[in-house]
Amino acid sequence: MFYREAGDFSTTYAQDNQTFPIKFDRYRYYVVLFIAIFVIPFIINDYWANSFLLPFLIYAIAAIGLNILVGYCGQVSLGTGGFMAVGAYACYKFMTGVDIWWGGELLFRLPQFNIFFSVIMGGVMTALVGVLFGLPSLRIKGFYLAVATLAAQFFLVWLFNRVSWFYNYSASGQINAPERDLAGILITGPQTEPWATYLFCLFFTIVCAVIARNMTRGASGRKWMAIRDMDIAAEIIGVNPLRAKLTAFAVSSFFIGISGALFFSVYLGAVEVGEAFGIQKSFLVLFMIIIGGLGSIFGSFAGAAFLVLLPVVLKIVGVDMLGWPTDIVAHFQLVIVGGLIVMFLILEPHGLAQLWRVAKEKLRLWPFPH
Amino acid sequence: MKYKLGTMAVAGLMAASPVMADLVFPSLSYRTGPYAAGGIPFADGYADYFTLLNERDGGIGGVMTRVLECETAYNTEKGVECYEATKGEGALVYQPLSTGITYQLIPKATADDIPIHSMGYGRTSAANGDVFSHVFNYPANYWNGASAAINHILETNGGDINGKKIALVYHNSAYGKEPIRTLEELSKKHGFELVTLAVDHPGQEQKSQWLQIRRERPDNVIMYGWGVMNQVAIQEAANIRFPMENFIGIWWSGAEIDVTSAGDAANGYKALALTAVGNDFPLFDDIQKYVVDAGKAAGAGDQIGTVPYNRGIYAAMLAQLAVEKAQEIHGVADITSGMMRDGMEALSVTEARMAELGLPSFGPAFDVSCANHGGEGMVAVTQWDASAGQFVKIADFAPTDMDVIGPLIAEDSAAYAAENNIEGNCG
Repeated sequence: MFYREAGDFSTTYAQDNQTFPIKFDRYRYYVVLFIAIFVIPFIINDYWANSFLLPFLIYAIAAIGLNILVGYCGQVSLGTGGFMAVGAYACYKFMTGVDIWWGGELLFRLPQFNIFFSVIMGGVMTALVGVLFGLPSLRIKGFYLAVATLAAQFFLVWLFNRVSWFYNYSASGQINAPERDLAGILITGPQTEPWATYLFCLFFTIVCAVIARNMTRGASGRKWMAIRDMDIAAEIIGVNPLRAKLTAFAVSSFFIGISGALFFSVYLGAVEVGEAFGIQKSFLVLFMIIIGGLGSIFGSFAGAAFLVLLPVVLKIVGVDMLGWPTDIVAHFQLVIVGGLIVMFLILEPHGLAQLWRVAKEKLRLWPFPH
Repeated sequence: MKYKLGTMAVAGLMAASPVMADLVFPSLSYRTGPYAAGGIPFADGYADYFTLLNERDGGIGGVMTRVLECETAYNTEKGVECYEATKGEGALVYQPLSTGITYQLIPKATADDIPIHSMGYGRTSAANGDVFSHVFNYPANYWNGASAAINHILETNGGDINGKKIALVYHNSAYGKEPIRTLEELSKKHGFELVTLAVDHPGQEQKSQWLQIRRERPDNVIMYGWGVMNQVAIQEAANIRFPMENFIGIWWSGAEIDVTSAGDAANGYKALALTAVGNDFPLFDDIQKYVVDAGKAAGAGDQIGTVPYNRGIYAAMLAQLAVEKAQEIHGVADITSGMMRDGMEALSVTEARMAELGLPSFGPAFDVSCANHGGEGMVAVTQWDASAGQFVKIADFAPTDMDVIGPLIAEDSAAYAAENNIEGNCG
């Protein structure tokens, strides 16, 4: 009744091509944006920022990045944790001023970057590293590529543990985000306001999502999908597999790097590579896009929300409301998350995004389905 | 404290428990995951001690205590979530029992005016209270541990270890990397050769490290391990027939559960200790009477008297003494976290007070001051007796090499102060 194209006339090509062609959808999108930008910052507190919203926004960026690679371009990757680590360490180095040594002497030191550009540089560096580790994808596919990216994961974690230049020679091997501000408002460090960190992450999430959405709708996205569906056929119709695959790796790694940089600098503030960016992180983000839906930007958000919220909600229900022992709840959590993943794969292999799509189709016909 | 942009729409969700005067002690425990073997007994001991205080004495100074347990699984993200979830409930002091989580919480808790007690873990240079106003790591820290291990090796070698080879097997994290600087300094001082071998999280795979030990033939091995890594290392040492009396672990690698799986082969393994061993103290009778027999024991109640359980008891006892001190200083019974910090900074643990609490000679006597948040750094040595199935204290609490540790603490804390623009707190 409300959710339909009828009566909504496009008079220009731009209108015809817009992301949300249905008026109801478009307004819903504006309402969500409005609430996220103008309502939540006024009611947010430390607990909501650090337990729900920041991890959700940051994982959503990582999930969008991985979804471009796995969902749109069909290149399986298990290196997400390692690429997030590249973003985090690059961000740290640019925040504190990159120092270049040669033969035991300090050649020069870059000035300290502003936090905004540090995060961007985290993304840029990760894109370069991603392209490097994407090169094998030109020769190998499927499981073999997964193993190559797995090697990237282990190599990168080892590198950041081993080479003390990356953590500025600190004795503990940890990196700590120093206090940095943007126009006088603190973004990193312990004294930050929850609304400031939230808005900072929200900005990156919205920009990344809009870029990703438009890229996947445009020429490059179509090339990626052609490669995903059948690479030989794609080559025959004129898609350059080298460029398509490497751009997918670059764009995907750029987003993952941004999320790693935010994860370290804004969300946690101090990071140890083996613990924060281990193989579990790769799997977690992969689960997010599998549960959320491969090849869908909305699915990346849904999957991130699902896997970030579920453990915390289970804990609140189990420990705070029912008063169960914490270890029983922690064990239940593993069982329930595992069970839900299996259930999703059996009942809805296309993830939460498919449920959303089905709901929209139904809504179009509602209330007269025949 | 922090300024809020808007009202807390959902504060009600977290403040669901009734508002009444109580002393809240969050316990960021880990009863799951690869480090649960150490996390469970510590959390049990911590909770049981406060249960005992409530049941026997009616709390501390007439105010009931409440332990808020939150499962972290030794994971920093969950630790931060736990911190945010519990700090609003009037948390007095955090004891995260994880170096990684401690690093996360140091700046956050300082900003929120809540003290952290990282007892024998965390950031070693936090012993400098002039820089770390809200972090305490008494009675001893990692560098005291490294020095104590070297002192013990010196003692067994008649005071000369020049030219010896000592290997450090460490957990490849901030925790395990902490002692390397100190050991390097000590190797210069005493002339031994240091070999470092990292073991990655969680530590189940150590074949290559022990193969290297077999090849390098070090005279002594020092271990900084935790959780499942300890059991694997001791088993591997037994497999290559490394003499156990030359194998010495930090206090986190010295629990019964770490050695029992290797059976008789682990006999003679040494570990440093922060507290006395066993349950032969008057306090344990009270725990049996008021806590266990009343059915109020935390967890399965089967850990009483083990090394990590005793450490939990000890941590809780130090918290109790600090609360009493804070109540005395500020003249109020229901103290806040800021007052708790003052109490911790003025803490004085005496032999007489410990005996009064039913724990005579349970730990070293020490004083805390504004400049020194680390205590005197007294460490004991224990040895595993496999036939009796218990650790035996073979060397009493002894001082460590503060000539080496002091400058290192000053250097590291000065770097932190410069990074974070901290001016001295002690004036």
